[in-house]
Amino acid sequence: MSNPQQLRFSKEHEWLSAAEDGVATVGITEFAANALGDVVYAQLPEVGDTVTAGETCGELESTKSVSDLYSPVTGEVVEFNQDVVDDPALVNTAPFEGGWLFKVRVSAEPDDLLSADEYAALTHSDN
Amino acid sequence: MSTAPRLTALDALHRSLGATMTDFAGWDMPLRYASERDEHNAVRTKAGLFDLSHMGEITLTGPEAVKALDYALVGNISTVGVGRARYTHICQEDGGIVDDLIVYRLGETEYMVVANASNAQVVLDALTERAAGFDTEVRDDRDAYALIAVQGPESPGILASLTDADLDGLKYYAGLPGTVAGVPALIARTGYTGEDGFELFVAPEHAVELWQALTKAGEGVGLVPAGLSCRDTLRLEAGMPLYGHELTTSLTPFDAGLGRVVKFEKEGDFVGRAALEAAAERAATNPPRKLVGLIAEGRRVPRAGFPVVADGQVIGEVTSGAPSPTLGKPLAMAYVDAAHAAPGTSGVGVDIRGTHEPYEVVALPFYKRQK
Repeated sequence: MSNPQQLRFSKEHEWLSAAEDGVATVGITEFAANALGDVVYAQLPEVGDTVTAGETCGELESTKSVSDLYSPVTGEVVEFNQDVVDDPALVNTAPFEGGWLFKVRVSAEPDDLLSADEYAALTHSDN
Repeated sequence: MSTAPRLTALDALHRSLGATMTDFAGWDMPLRYASERDEHNAVRTKAGLFDLSHMGEITLTGPEAVKALDYALVGNISTVGVGRARYTHICQEDGGIVDDLIVYRLGETEYMVVANASNAQVVLDALTERAAGFDTEVRDDRDAYALIAVQGPESPGILASLTDADLDGLKYYAGLPGTVAGVPALIARTGYTGEDGFELFVAPEHAVELWQALTKAGEGVGLVPAGLSCRDTLRLEAGMPLYGHELTTSLTPFDAGLGRVVKFEKEGDFVGRAALEAAAERAATNPPRKLVGLIAEGRRVPRAGFPVVADGQVIGEVTSGAPSPTLGKPLAMAYVDAAHAAPGTSGVGVDIRGTHEPYEVVALPFYKRQK
């Protein structure tokens, strides 16, 4: 699996796009999606919610387990991915693309986000 | 004691197929190869290939093997014909279920007991102790067998292409020795998926050869390797109990809705008889919680241990829950108070992390194959 170079990553396996006009996109990595198995239910933060870096903001349920979704940054949610709510399997099939989870107007970000190579090292995956 | 996981004879093959492995009762087992949903659907519509080598085989031989089994287990093993199999329970003196088992009668005086992996040692110890007064030998055959299951509507055709055994004459819950792809095997028409299928007990050194032959034979009809994850959703849809979930030492077979496996009419005493007679009477006069099916109206998945609620009161507990690929909705098995156990009972929910999600009470199983 390959982690896109232009993204940054949290140790909790979320990815974060570079902010455009202050708004960044959040998803979970392919590594995390593979570990979860088939995602069957996604509870995403709602528009207007304030999310905090490192804190839970939703949940992803797979056949065998439920996992908390953490926000990699602090800010206000401006959009969530209705396609994922309707078809949670998108998280498995296109974790870095159509399976994105929410967009956030970033007010603060932690200083320990990882580059693609650092994240690959963390997960012992190829990059 | 070593904590290293035990590996099946097919371990290298699973890894070459890209399986996600998981610890199961001390064994490193395939959880899934790719998508567990695809594997589930393949078993329902075509065929799936499972490695079940973690299951525990125990052989009883000798003139009093059947007497020992009738004493040790709650079933009437003396009515099992050669070549047939029986689902049964082994219970404690107090009636609590130690394990659920399948007993195959391999010959006039030879029986094979198959226990769940997590209980294999407990069952072996109990059978050894309970058989002590009888003229029989109890043999630990856990290392003597690898177990490969081929399950699904295409499985008879796949197997027929590899064996001369009379599969048409092999009924459900029957087993006979034969040869599959040149490999000596006990061919059993049993399984844990709700589909037609076979379980093949073979010497571990033949497991890879047999797996590869089955894979090749199933190529044209959609056979896929299938892991323990889909095995769990398949058995849940089929309403089959799982030890540690629907069955535990704190429940008797009557509490689990499986009182029919207890055969009081058989000759002689058996372990648990007195306690089970009392449990049968209790179940008839003052029904305890009943095992029911629950179908979600929403999409959140109930898990084992979640409270079942009605009118804000806890009325039961989920024992197994998972999203159902066949029904497209989350399902659960749960023990609920008898007052709320009738199919169609309204107002029942499951407390999913603080939210009461509505559920429909239904009779088990959720899924029954068309024959």
